[in-house]
Amino acid sequence: MTVEQPVTDKPKIPAIELKQLRFFYQQDSWQLYLPELRLAAGEHLFVRGASGSGKTTLLNLLSGIARPVSGELYINGQPLHQLSSSKRDTLRAQQIGVVFQQLNLIPYLSVLDNTLLSAHFAGKPKVESLARARELLSRLGLPDALQQSRASALSVGQQQRVAIARALLPRPTLLIADEPTSALDSDNRDAFMRVMLAEADANGCTVIFVSHDQSLLQYFQRQLNMQKLQQGVQPC
Amino acid sequence: MLMKLARLSLWNRRGTVLMTWLSLTISIVLLLGIDHLRTEAKNSFTSTVSGTDLIVGARSGQLNLLLYSVFRLGNATANISWDSYQRLTKHPQVSWSIPVSLGDSHRGYRVMGTSTAYFEHYRYANAQPLVLTQGQQFNGVFETVLGAEVAAKLGYQLGEQIVLSHGVGAVSFSQHKDKPFTVTGILAPTGTPLDQTVHVSLEAIEAIHLDWQQGAPMPGRQLTAEQALAQDLTPKSITAVLVGLKSRMATFTVQRQINEFKAEPLTAILPGVALAELWQMLSMVENLLLLISLLVLLAALVGMITTLLASMKERQREMAILRATGAHPWYLFVLIQLEVLLITLLSMLAAALLLSGSLFLLQDSLAANYGLFIGLNIIKVTTLYWAAGIVLLAMLLAVIPAVSAYRKALADGLTVRL
Repeated sequence: MTVEQPVTDKPKIPAIELKQLRFFYQQDSWQLYLPELRLAAGEHLFVRGASGSGKTTLLNLLSGIARPVSGELYINGQPLHQLSSSKRDTLRAQQIGVVFQQLNLIPYLSVLDNTLLSAHFAGKPKVESLARARELLSRLGLPDALQQSRASALSVGQQQRVAIARALLPRPTLLIADEPTSALDSDNRDAFMRVMLAEADANGCTVIFVSHDQSLLQYFQRQLNMQKLQQGVQPC
Repeated sequence: MLMKLARLSLWNRRGTVLMTWLSLTISIVLLLGIDHLRTEAKNSFTSTVSGTDLIVGARSGQLNLLLYSVFRLGNATANISWDSYQRLTKHPQVSWSIPVSLGDSHRGYRVMGTSTAYFEHYRYANAQPLVLTQGQQFNGVFETVLGAEVAAKLGYQLGEQIVLSHGVGAVSFSQHKDKPFTVTGILAPTGTPLDQTVHVSLEAIEAIHLDWQQGAPMPGRQLTAEQALAQDLTPKSITAVLVGLKSRMATFTVQRQINEFKAEPLTAILPGVALAELWQMLSMVENLLLLISLLVLLAALVGMITTLLASMKERQREMAILRATGAHPWYLFVLIQLEVLLITLLSMLAAALLLSGSLFLLQDSLAANYGLFIGLNIIKVTTLYWAAGIVLLAMLLAVIPAVSAYRKALADGLTVRL
């Protein structure tokens, strides 16, 4: 007779976890202190805050460009605060996608080449990346003919869609978007949000979205106020 | 992708890149051109005469004697009497001698009166003898053997008749029309001033000047070619003599004896020593030119780096995008270095083509006016050294904008605002 062991759920690794994180550019200057933040995989977080509240610094820390002075920062369980510069670059290339406010693309490269950049830095196979890039771009409403055009020939809305394709191409686990809708009109903004979040969901991607536009809150499960986070208040 | 990025980034800034490329190309042409001319001029001069132990002429400086007797540059200040020449040939140490008589020309090409000993004993480059590609040496008085370039440029064939001019100007109004010469032979190319020489016998020089006095025809005395042949055509004087000795050991002794010749003031020179003096004189100018061209190159390279450094500000966004998509700062460092390498290599390629083209166009003019036979092949060991040096220097200077890109990449993070 065998005794069945009770089945226990394997604890899920959070997409982002930070503890007692401290960062400053110069010792006697402005400091960012984040007591705690925990975000599960696939969650969508809206980040807001006044100018100078540390939103950009938070993005730099999460993407591994900036290194915390003290504290702990884990991305998918990997201790980013302990990784070397080149390992942080590799992690960013393979697991983090970034979309800027505007001017997301390198103007002299074609739409397709701009998209393929992320796969190139992530070390993904070229043939496979090319096929996926074409498919992603088509799904985002950028037909084959447009894929060969120079990025500078596209409208702002089209450029933002290419930026999403590029960010999602290497199948990142974390998507960081820094005010990507600020240059779009309301119709384009809503279309952009739907497309971005649908693609992120399709890839099981955690999203951190920074914006001043409160009307976008409707798209997110959780929101975070930078000033409150610094006081130890968790996202609601 | 790295190469594509570098290539398209340069193309995107093609206006400033084109100017940078142009200035770098010109400076490389200058540097390689000076080096090539320097080397080729030396080779050209050194290969013109070989195996001649002494050159004898009227009393003058050794450089002047060397230049007019061998390189057909400048003119003799005085002549050597035929008697002195005869005594020289009888010197027990003299193995052979080639008399040289200059002063006439044919359509800008120098005419040299000489004996058949010239075809037998004259050597150029590495002791190479003269070779006739067509015909034979001159036997009759009014026969001529043409240098390869004279025949090629003027389109002369064997049996054609040519008329010599008095004096050495490119255009002459005093011509020896009444005594034309028949082409009996054409020499193989030598790459020396010989190719630009019209060779006739000493007797021919005497014959065409029988009815001339002090550079002009004598009024009332005109001799036909047949009448001239009936006269005594023994030369009264010649311009210079090339001498081969039985023993090289005797060179300095014979030189001293000639320089102390009582009957006539003469100068005997050793071609190698005279050439060494020439190089020594020219070395300061050579070095100065080389220094100037190096400074011009440095200025062009610094210009290129300044342009790149200035463009870093406008490329900040581009760098941030690359960084955000996963590029390591080293990738940006290598990208800038690659851009500099591409500009430098393209400049070197253009410089090589431009230099070769310029040499091709100037080759004849340099040979005709300066006696310099400049080869078109600019690829030599020294050229490769220069090329490697230029690339190295460019890459070294490119470290400045590359480090700037590297540092900015670290400092600016993901959100560079424009």
